[in-house]
Order: sequence, then C-alpha cells, then structure tokens
Amino acid sequence: MAPDRMAIVRAQGLGKTYRVADKQPGLAGTLRHFVNRRERLIAAVRDVSFSIEPGEFVGFLGANGAGKTTTLKMLTGLIHPTSGSVEVAGCQPQHREADFLSQITLVMGQKQQLIWDLPPLDSLRVNAAVYGIPPAESRRRIAELAEMLELGDELRRPVRKLSLGQRMKAELLAALLHRPAVLFLDEPTLGLDVNAQARVRSFLADYNRRFGATVLLTSHYMADITALCPRVLLIHEGRLFYDGSLETLTQRLAPCREVRLELHAPLGAEAFASYGEVEAIEGREVRLLIPRERLTEQVGRLLADLTVVDLSVSDPPIEDIIGRLFHQGAVA
Amino acid sequence: MRGGLRQRLDHARRIAAVLLSSQYAYMLEYRAEIVLWALSGVLPFIMLGLWSAVDAGGGLGMDSLQLARYFLSAFVVRQFTIVWVMYTFEEDNLNGRLSPYLLQPLPPVWRYVAAHLSEQATRLPFVALLVGLFFLLYPAAFWWPSLPSVLLAVLATLAAFALRFLMQFTLTMVCFWSEKASALERLLYLPYLYLSGLVAPLALYPEGVRAFAFWTPFPYMVDVPARILAGETVPVLQSFAAMAAWAALLLPINLLLWRRGLRHYSAMGA
Repeated sequence: MAPDRMAIVRAQGLGKTYRVADKQPGLAGTLRHFVNRRERLIAAVRDVSFSIEPGEFVGFLGANGAGKTTTLKMLTGLIHPTSGSVEVAGCQPQHREADFLSQITLVMGQKQQLIWDLPPLDSLRVNAAVYGIPPAESRRRIAELAEMLELGDELRRPVRKLSLGQRMKAELLAALLHRPAVLFLDEPTLGLDVNAQARVRSFLADYNRRFGATVLLTSHYMADITALCPRVLLIHEGRLFYDGSLETLTQRLAPCREVRLELHAPLGAEAFASYGEVEAIEGREVRLLIPRERLTEQVGRLLADLTVVDLSVSDPPIEDIIGRLFHQGAVA
Repeated sequence: MRGGLRQRLDHARRIAAVLLSSQYAYMLEYRAEIVLWALSGVLPFIMLGLWSAVDAGGGLGMDSLQLARYFLSAFVVRQFTIVWVMYTFEEDNLNGRLSPYLLQPLPPVWRYVAAHLSEQATRLPFVALLVGLFFLLYPAAFWWPSLPSVLLAVLATLAAFALRFLMQFTLTMVCFWSEKASALERLLYLPYLYLSGLVAPLALYPEGVRAFAFWTPFPYMVDVPARILAGETVPVLQSFAAMAAWAALLLPINLLLWRRGLRHYSAMGA
C-alpha cells in the first residue's frame, strides 16, 4: 500500500539492526569470547514501508521473532531505527515529544504499568496527573472505560490480587485513560481464557468505533485478527510480506475451500477423487479441499451424485494457513 | 505567558502530589522491610562505640559528648540520604518496566525521586524512635539544636540527598550499555564510606587526607550536614557552594548520558 498523505502512521524503508554477541557454547567458547569478543549484526526489521489511516484497525501478523515487536518499539519511539523513517501522529517517535506521547499508547500483554501492590485506581490517579486530565474529567473517563470493560470493585483491589483477565482489563484502562489517537497493542489477550479474550476483543472494537482510534494489533490468537482487523500486515524474517485485506490474504494463501460432508453411508476415499483433495474421512463424515474456482460446480456434482445428509463450506482456519506458510517457507 | 507558566506549575504540583502520595502508599506496604533497612544503617552507632573506646584512651580532639552527637547526627543524615536508584533502574531496565515509563510525558527520573522521598517519609517515625531510644540510653548526649541550625541541617541534608542522587543516577546511565552496572556503585561505596564521615568524623582524619576529602563530593553527603545538626561550626556558604559546583558538573554529564543512553536503549524484556 503506497504511503498516503492522510496517514497517521507512516513507515518508510524502516530497518533495525541489532549487534549481538557471537559466543560459542562451553568453557572454551566462553574463554575465547572473553579474550576475543565477537559480535554479529542481526537485521530484525528490513526495509519495511506501510501507512495507516486514522481510524483503521490493522492486524500485524508474523511468527515469533519475525520483527513485529521491534517494529512496534520503533513506532512508539522506544528504540531508534537504524534506517528509514517513521512518523506517527505527525511526530517522529524517537524524539519522544510530550505532544507525541500524549497521542499514543502501547499495551504489552505480559508487561504492566500498574503499581503491583496498590489498587489500579492509584495508578490511574498518577496517569491522570501525568497526562494533565482534570480530576472530574478523569473520574468520568474511568467510569466510562470501566463500564465498557466491565470493571467495578476490581479497581479498588490491589493489582496483585486480580486475575490475569482483570489485570489486563485494568491495564487497558490505564493505557487508554488519556484517550490516545493511536493504539499499539502487542499481544493484549496473551494468556487470557476464551471468555476474557472475547471481552477484551469486544472492548477494543467498541473503543475503535466510539473514539475513532487507530489500532495496530499483534496477536497469536487468530480469532483476535479475524474479529477485529479488516486489514493485515504480514511480516516474515523482518520483511513486510503482505499488506492488504485479511480476505485477500486468505484467498491468496488458501486457494481451496473446505467442504464438509455428512453422508448417508460411509464411502472410500477413491469415491471422492474426482471432486477434490480428501483431507479426512471419519465414518460418514468427509472433509474435502476444493479449488475456489470449481467450488460451485463440484458442490453441485456432490449433491447430485451422492446421498448427502449435510454439507457446509468454509475457509481453512487462518492460523493453519499462516502456520503452513511459515512452516513450508512458502514466503517469497 | 504568565498563565502558561502558572498552568505548568499547577501541573507539576499535581504530578508531585499524586506521585508522592501513591509512592508513600506503596512504601507503606513494605514498611517492615524499610524498618529492617533502617536498622541496617546503624553503622554510625557501631563506630561511636569503637571511637568512644579509643577516646577513653585519650587524645582524639573530640570529647565523648561531641562524638555521640556527631554519630547520632550522621545516623539521621544517612537515613535521609540513602539512594538506591541504580538498583531499581537496573531492574526496571532488565525486566521491561522502564518502557511504559518512557512512553509517558514525564521524565522517568521523577518517579524515582518520588519513590526515594516517600521511602524517607516511611522511615521517619522509625528514625525518630531510634533517636528517642538513643537519648534514653545516653541521656547526657541530649541536646536541643537551635531552630536555625535545624533548618540549615534539613537544607544541607536535602542538598546532600540531591547530590548523592544525581551522582548515582549519572552512574546509573551505564545501565543502558551494561546489564550489571550496579557493580560500579558497589565500587564507589568504599570511598563514600571512608570520605563521607560515616566511619569517623573528618575532623579526626590527618590534615592531608581531610584536605583531599573536601576536594571530593563525599564529605558534603554526611559529614557537613551532620556537623551542622550537631551544632558544630561549619563553613556553610563554602559547603553549599561546593555542593552546587558538584551538581553543576554532574548535571550536564547526566543529561548527555541520558540522551545517548536512550539512543542505545533496546527495550529489553518488552
């Protein structure tokens, strides 16, 4: 996607190279490293360019170590890029100007800004003072966000006494109290149970709608991405591999659709050879992969030729697609 | 313009009040630990015992009452000038807690300053208790310092804390390049111990060592405020000027290292 004048987040040729110690294992390696320290350069992010418009909800996908978090750190100004340029909300993040910091937030799933031994309300008071939010306004915002997040008494209990889900919601409240225009969310649902994930997900969608905030989200849970992100960025080995709609990505990476059949009586695999690729046969239930362009024709044939009790068509799970993609090294 | 300045001052005052009160609440959660830390700071009392025994042998130039008052004052000054920013910063840097601080429009140093001041407030009642106990055991040493000398001693102790904090926070910047920068602070602890007046009043040192000590920042961190509190004669203006000079030297170095450090920061653990 070409950089846009209206963009609120703009990265151009962004790169980050880390210098890391190159040490062999064992005592000999340790001694050699002590007298002759060697380092090597690791390019964590390479020539990444994209732009995000105000109000967009964008998913940031990639395997562990692909460069997602490094990119987020550069976008928030925590680390300085080695090459390229970045602009967020009209500012250069690495300068860390107060105007910039007041417009962004970064939520990291397993890291916390709340004071561990005090109730979240104490941390919220600090945040309200730091961001210059008047007391009455901060009380109003806390009430509003607490309602959206379904938080109540938890805000008065010490953080250490909260469950992981409650803590994450309180973290979100603290991170959004100053009503940032750009949200960088790094695994905000990591480790949460399915219900807590769903609540956080619905809160983020609601927040994005209500305040028109721009969101860049990384998550290991594809349900987060499919539920929230019409657009995704896919990064692999530090390079941006894809920037576009999730639907197009699915089509591009999964040219087949999955057809599930329930038959009146079991049949052998050879009976389905002319319809598509057999994924699995379990008694009367069969799963076939059929190329998208032949789907209508083949489904028609299946219904005409076989005694079908039930039939459904779906895309293979996106995590399978992405997993297969990285596993097979299919990224070109 | 004036309105803008007033707004900024109000903002700063509110941040200070909220940071101090929340940090005080946090420190109260750890009051038992803080009491133990305060107890571990009784070195001046141990030194008092040692030097009193030496004095019994004669000829130190300070009588036992002066020694007792000096070491009690040194204990009090030490309690309110203890700095541990390097250890906390190092830990925050390693486990990623520094990153959320850096993402807020408030320089992280103020959080550490507030934490230190709040910890001192938590220590206060316990220090008062120990001072009371001291006078109970050694009533002859009791004295009422004059109001001006108390005010001056408070000012000198605050300045000593500020100088010690600035010095350690400047060293702390090494954390951006090294994961175990706190070793440097341990190295610096020895000259601090010897030259600050914690192990002995500098008045008892040989002339050459004493002259050298006053070219370092250490005597201003314990000896000078303790002597003011103990009611001894101290070159006040000269001492405050020396503290200001050290601060003027350290501050630009600190700011330079902070800026360079941020460029080097890799947001570990985040």
